[in-house]
Amino acid sequence: MLTLKHEKLINTGFRIAGIILAVGFAALALILAKANPFVAFGNILKGAFSTDKKIADSFVIWIPLIITTCGLAITFTVGLWNIGIEGQITLGAIFTTGIIRLLQDSGVSPTLVIVAAIFAGIVGGMIWALIAGLLKFFGGVSEIFAGLGLNFIATALTIYLIFGPWKRPGVASMSGTVPFDEIFRLPNIPGLRLSPWSLALAVTSVIIVFILLKHTTIGLRMKAVGKNPKAARLMGISSSKYMLLAFLLCGLFAGLAGALQVTAVYYRLIPSISSGYGFMGLLVAMLVNYQVLWAIPVAYLFAALNIGGIQLPIEMHLDSTLSGVIQSSLVLFYLIMDGVRKKMVSKIGEGTHE
Amino acid sequence: MNDLLIGLAGVIAAATPVVVAVIGETFTERAGVINLSANGIILLSAMAGFAAASISGNAFVGLLAGALVGAIAGAVVSFCSITIKQSQVAVGFILATLFKDLSYFLGTPLMGITGPTIGSTSIPFLSNIPILGDLLFKQSWLTYFSFALIVAAFFWIFKSRQGLKLRAVGEQPVSAYTRGINVNRMRYIYTILGAALIGLSGPMYSLSVKAGWKGTLTGLDGIGWIVLSITIFGGWNPLRGAFGAYLFVFLQWLGIVLQSSMPNIPSQVLQVAPFPLMIFTLLFVNIGDTEWVTRMLATVPRSLRSVIQKMIKFIRTPPPASLGSPFEKE
Repeated sequence: MLTLKHEKLINTGFRIAGIILAVGFAALALILAKANPFVAFGNILKGAFSTDKKIADSFVIWIPLIITTCGLAITFTVGLWNIGIEGQITLGAIFTTGIIRLLQDSGVSPTLVIVAAIFAGIVGGMIWALIAGLLKFFGGVSEIFAGLGLNFIATALTIYLIFGPWKRPGVASMSGTVPFDEIFRLPNIPGLRLSPWSLALAVTSVIIVFILLKHTTIGLRMKAVGKNPKAARLMGISSSKYMLLAFLLCGLFAGLAGALQVTAVYYRLIPSISSGYGFMGLLVAMLVNYQVLWAIPVAYLFAALNIGGIQLPIEMHLDSTLSGVIQSSLVLFYLIMDGVRKKMVSKIGEGTHE
Repeated sequence: MNDLLIGLAGVIAAATPVVVAVIGETFTERAGVINLSANGIILLSAMAGFAAASISGNAFVGLLAGALVGAIAGAVVSFCSITIKQSQVAVGFILATLFKDLSYFLGTPLMGITGPTIGSTSIPFLSNIPILGDLLFKQSWLTYFSFALIVAAFFWIFKSRQGLKLRAVGEQPVSAYTRGINVNRMRYIYTILGAALIGLSGPMYSLSVKAGWKGTLTGLDGIGWIVLSITIFGGWNPLRGAFGAYLFVFLQWLGIVLQSSMPNIPSQVLQVAPFPLMIFTLLFVNIGDTEWVTRMLATVPRSLRSVIQKMIKFIRTPPPASLGSPFEKE
């Protein structure tokens, strides 16, 4: 007989094995690249944690990452694969930039402009998510493919704006639009690139989504829809209504992340404004099984890997994408070990019944 | 006229890897499995294929290496989704990102190296046919292979006994099982085979269509996602899928050609022109199936209704019924 305690122990064991396999896989990639894995991992750790400034830099990535993960936790709860998240972040950034450009010379108080711009970004993210949602429910188009297409369109829109209507005086370039004046930027903690306002908004997002999913009727119904849409319908819960709502809420957080990338990090629109944090958020959400509280440390680990990875090209002439390799293989081996564990447990379970 | 012909022949050459990858994904999805990792497979196999070809000095070794990369991805996807019953979409997505990053990480030393390339070979007699000869028979043998693959895949899926089994596995796995077909083994085989074909398309880029490896500048990122869309657009039929691939590359080429007459629009914008089209097509193909359309149809007069229903039936090809869902023996 398997007791609960045993099961927990086995659970943890499989998770640790998953981590070891992922690290082993990354080490293998390093050996293939003719690099010493220990030196490389050491460089990543040093690059991520050696100074306060580097830890603060990790938080600069943690903010958009955790906010998108919060949004994705909602769409995952209702059973949707919101791959369009990248485009939703991008649209948030575009709308925010648009409002600041519109109002920066109007004499409106800068604080008000920033607030309006962030709200506009949220609306932008929601619009892009709504398109994917409407395509799914009124057009029968899978959210995965609609989302992918919308991602490409959002990127094209960004590039069009940077090289077209919003181009820098003189010559347009991949470095983006003209940076805003100091007064239209969210202020940073002195000496760091980190804005306390963004940090506060990120923490608020976690709290809101945690409460929404765990302690409200809406969250409960969303879970019902995600677990079994047919049964939910029999209980009188309209699954398309809750799925659309989930899309809108996810777009809200994605838009917020995009808005903060513009107002607190880049102070302008750049071609790759989403920086791939949307897809990274999907990985984090999968790894924490859509539990937002766990996403806090995991998103920090992922962010630290990105910052630490910057050391690789500097110190060892390696590509910094090793961070991405580690992140993806963590999720892959977690998933594999989780599946193997379930299969073994069910076999043992069958054995005891006979 | 001559420029147009050269341009169109270029479209056919550039579409070759897309055609091969779409047919690979079509095989996999016909068996009821979605392999979402195409984008990662194409990048990693392009890099690995180029590396293998450069080291061995033999382009054929590069193609094999690419197919092997794909087969490995296919094996992981089928193990995760069939044997340990994890989400196909999740595993595919993770492999897509993992292989992409791995290709950039491992490919760094290859940047700027020139390796073997596969050039064009004119087919005697056939290449002398006016227009068609220039268009179809002055290509590389990779392209001739893709022509053969289109026809072979069509006959395999729709005209052979094996194809009948394959479609049964994708449409009605339970009844296929009761007739003695090993559903899960078939799914393993077709997922690995399909992924190997997708893996073949990577070196087709790095050894021919876009020769070399230039990291993120190689410009292959995104093609795998397009392949997945075209597979649906093609209604899981190799002929329609190939048509979709040619159409897509044609539209991209058109974007570049039109660029000269619209200098204000950056080329990246015209390059995405096919995507809205793709979304509209998917919308067009699927909308007849939605609840509200069915409900609305019920209100229109019967004569008109049957005409509309016929039209919908004509443009729509339903996906394999068990696509994406695991098979349980009970």
